[in-house]
Amino acid sequence: MLRTNLTHILSEQEHAKLLQENENVMVCCGRMGPMCIPVYEVMEELENEYPHVKFADMEFDIPDARVIRDLPECRNFAGLPFVVYYKNGKVVKATSSIQSREQITSILDQYFGQEVKEAASK
Amino acid sequence: MNHYDAIIVGAGAAGLTAGIYLSRAKVKTLILNEGAVGGQMVLTHEIANYPGIESISGYELARNMKLQAQKFGAVIKSNIKITSFDLYSNPKRFIVNGKEEYTSDVVIITTGGRSRTLGVPGENEFKGKGISYCATCDGDFFQDKEIIVVGGGNSALEEASSLTKYASKVTIVHQFDHFQAFEHYVNEAKANPKIDFIMESKIIEFIGGEKLEKVKIQNQKTSEIFEKDIDGVFIFIGYVPNTEMFEGIIELNQYKEIVVDKNMATNIPGVYAAGDSIAKRYRQVTTAVGEGTVAALSAAEYLNKFEKAELAAEEVTS
Repeated sequence: MLRTNLTHILSEQEHAKLLQENENVMVCCGRMGPMCIPVYEVMEELENEYPHVKFADMEFDIPDARVIRDLPECRNFAGLPFVVYYKNGKVVKATSSIQSREQITSILDQYFGQEVKEAASK
Repeated sequence: MNHYDAIIVGAGAAGLTAGIYLSRAKVKTLILNEGAVGGQMVLTHEIANYPGIESISGYELARNMKLQAQKFGAVIKSNIKITSFDLYSNPKRFIVNGKEEYTSDVVIITTGGRSRTLGVPGENEFKGKGISYCATCDGDFFQDKEIIVVGGGNSALEEASSLTKYASKVTIVHQFDHFQAFEHYVNEAKANPKIDFIMESKIIEFIGGEKLEKVKIQNQKTSEIFEKDIDGVFIFIGYVPNTEMFEGIIELNQYKEIVVDKNMATNIPGVYAAGDSIAKRYRQVTTAVGEGTVAALSAAEYLNKFEKAELAAEEVTS
């Protein structure tokens, strides 16, 4: 299990359940490595700012992480972590390798909406 | 307004150490950090030369330092953006995220450094799709594939040898006709049958579709340009100090590193600096920790004198 304060996805079933129960989901699939840790940290901080988004992680090396690794959107990825953004269970964006807070919030705002974020925080 | 005795800018080894020392001495301390806590330390998978600890991951060491600083009372704000600041005002002033104002009597700058990039066309586009800056993170994506390692220092030569565990062939591309790395790293690479060398050359463009497919390489002597098919490129060409925000404000040297004296004092009274952003030869966790300690002790002494001066001024005016 990854040593983060995020929701951990431990199986294919948990992954499916999370997508079913949440409209907006960001999953970071990685290891406890240098390119992954900064992304987990940003996600932990964004949990309060984006209450309408479910933030979760998944260990890259467990067999069930195939739900992320084998996505067509990740086919050409060759850098950890693989980060996948889902809306209503569908992939809307995927990124490979380290991302900054600005890059992540820009994707969240673009696909999950800033107005919704503001309304949810009221 | 949020006033602190000390504001530390940066939360790597130097900043966290300064935070531990100051907060333990009951100095009200705020650490502002634009990236993730730990700085370059978290980029190290294993630290085996930190005295007293046989082996620890950079992440664990950074986490321990962060918790230690917080335990003593330091406040840490990470992943923030410093939008403006004034180091000459009294108190010194920082605006964070365009709206939050923080002031302090003393400042310690520990903004560290970051991996240098090539800055050529295609580099951003293929990051994570063939271009990597971390061999231990991404090496296994290149099992039985052909890769290039760019650089000629210790990291480049060491990682090139380590990447032969995965890759079928590793080509080192280096801009000079000799390496800056220690001799044993060079000898190890030269003795490895999977490693080839393209010297006095630079990658000038990354080319591909959905992923990296080839690179354009230019010989620095002849200017001849040729293309090479490749699956991946690992870039290890050193670090640059994170000091852009201080240009024209604090004295920097020709490499944009902050110039400090033996007490880690900069040219601005009450402003100290430590860690990878200062002018120095060796960049290690242990050196950053030592400099962070000196900066904190110097800052505490400055605060003490500052307080006495303020009291004296009050007595004169009352």
